[in-house]
Amino acid sequence: MEKKFICIRCPQGCEITTTLDGLGAITDITGNSCKLGIDYVKSELSDPRRTITTTVAVTGGELPLCPVWSEKPIPKDRVMEAAAVIRPITVAAPVDINQVICENILGTGINIISSRAITKGGQ
Amino acid sequence: MKKIYDVVVIGAGPAGLSAAIEAKKSGAGDVLIIERNNEPGGILLQCIHNGFGSVIFKKDLPGPAYAWNFIEQARSLNVEMVFDTMVVDITGGRKIYASNSVEGFIELDAKAIVLAMGCRERTRAQIMAPGDRPAGVFTAGMVQRLVNIEGYMPGKNFVILGSGDIGMIMARRLTLEGAKVIKIIELLPYLTGLRRNYVQCLQDFGIPLELSTTIKRITGKKRVEAVETVGVDETLTPIAGTERVIACDSLILSVGLVPENELSRKAGVVLDPLTLGPVVDETMATNVPGIFAAGNVVTIYDLVDYVSMAGATAGISAAKFAAGAPVSPPAFTLTPGDGVRTVMPQKITGLSGPDASVLVELRASREFAGRVSVNILEDENIVYSHVEKYARPAEMITLKINWNETAKKLSNNKSGLKVNIAKI
Ligand SMILES: Cc1cc2nc3c(=O)[nH]c(=O)nc-3n(C[C@H](O)[C@H](O)[C@H](O)COP(=O)(O)OP(=O)(O)OC[C@H]3O[C@@H](n4cnc5c(N)ncnc54)[C@H](O)[C@@H]3O)c2cc1C
Ligand code: SF4
Repeated sequence: MEKKFICIRCPQGCEITTTLDGLGAITDITGNSCKLGIDYVKSELSDPRRTITTTVAVTGGELPLCPVWSEKPIPKDRVMEAAAVIRPITVAAPVDINQVICENILGTGINIISSRAITKGGQ
Repeated sequence: MKKIYDVVVIGAGPAGLSAAIEAKKSGAGDVLIIERNNEPGGILLQCIHNGFGSVIFKKDLPGPAYAWNFIEQARSLNVEMVFDTMVVDITGGRKIYASNSVEGFIELDAKAIVLAMGCRERTRAQIMAPGDRPAGVFTAGMVQRLVNIEGYMPGKNFVILGSGDIGMIMARRLTLEGAKVIKIIELLPYLTGLRRNYVQCLQDFGIPLELSTTIKRITGKKRVEAVETVGVDETLTPIAGTERVIACDSLILSVGLVPENELSRKAGVVLDPLTLGPVVDETMATNVPGIFAAGNVVTIYDLVDYVSMAGATAGISAAKFAAGAPVSPPAFTLTPGDGVRTVMPQKITGLSGPDASVLVELRASREFAGRVSVNILEDENIVYSHVEKYARPAEMITLKINWNETAKKLSNNKSGLKVNIAKI
């Protein structure tokens, strides 16, 4: 069986074609420009994951929100669930860059961290 | 603020930050960045999604984290930065006029200037969507700013016009925040953004994309109540009978970006009618001596890494100019040939040292499904060639050319070179 993927590991977006045998094992991969593509297809078939990026509310900061992200990709089918857990979180300024905002999200062992600093102020 | 600077950079986005950092590192003494926003980072501050830094950092960073690296470097090198300050005019003689609420009107002299004002979004007026003019019509960048920085959700049910990257990224973002994105419609028969964004922003969340479709009418008295879509044929003409009414409270336009060049024009900088940015050479020099430009103000990039690299080049060139280095006039011109819509730089001096590496950024004018070669031609003579798996207007092609090697193949002493894309 043939299965097509568009690799999302870099903006080149290679179209990768894989051939699977009857048991779902990969027998052939073509179309990837680099090794990351093979890695991507393997994980798409066994354990697809995505990085989640969103915001949390900040109190006492120069800005009302702080952008956050999962330091590693989390299982794709849990992204919406993770967003719902992160949405009500509020942190107090100052926030440092790479500060842990939510530890071990959904028991995945992956932390949600800030992607910038927010100093105290204004608001 | 001083009255005279070696290098003044306009805009503290990734292009401007890199320009200032490299100008300092190249020996410029007084380097100033003027930024109208209240902090450095440019548009990256609202691009909270990941996907930045794959070339420079070999990492997949969110926009603000990418910007952070450069902001910290600029600070540690003592680059002077002024915020909440808008540059209103510059002259060919490198006078800069700016204003802010504290100092009022500011006048400065710069030995060299780097233009790094970025781009703005095309708006409804430019696409001329007919119908009522109710509230609830936004550009994708406006929504990005509202949702990611100001924490304000501007609607509940969205239709997005245009399959550009910012629109697709906002489709995912709004969905994660609990809003409903009904569909994205695209006038052209193909996706105009990156395919990876189609996969991770639309497919992952089951958001439908309808190609060859446009907006016929927007209805609603005070607020958008519905949009009427219509299919179009190959000539982009609406097909009668394919109209459909979609109830929604918001319409987002993601219909492209335009380089921001009001100031460049005032200074007498010549613009390329295709890129809509300044005509530059590989040192990022414009036609006006001492005025350099980099980033989205020059041409719309896909990858911020290349914006930073162009900024760095502009900064180095500006520092040299400020120190009195002679100007090398461009020896060659690069113009789009078959299959190419835009090319940057448009001029080449060919004098940038022993391993003269020149970055050429170009966009295809149509879709090429299979392998292509991207060539630089002197008449029919191919002086440089590079193979790509495919070429699409949505994806910029970057060529890293060793100009010394290329120049050896020039035989006819021609100064006008063409870039084309040919099927293999
Ligand atoms: C709305 C929008 C959203 C985008 N989203 C994405 C995205 O999600 N992913 C992506 O890869 N790319 C995105 N881009 C492209 C992005 O612009 C580039 O990747 C990169 O940020 C360009 O860097 P730059 O330094 O050229 O411009 P910018 O980052 O735009 O920086 C220009 C700076 O100049 C300042 N400025 C402009 N005029 C003046 C003036 N007269 N006086 C003082 N300061 C001035 C502006 O305030 C701004 O800070 C987006 C662009 C826009 C417009
Ligand atoms: S295969 Fe490699 S080059 Fe192609 S999209 Fe994936 S990461 Fe990028």
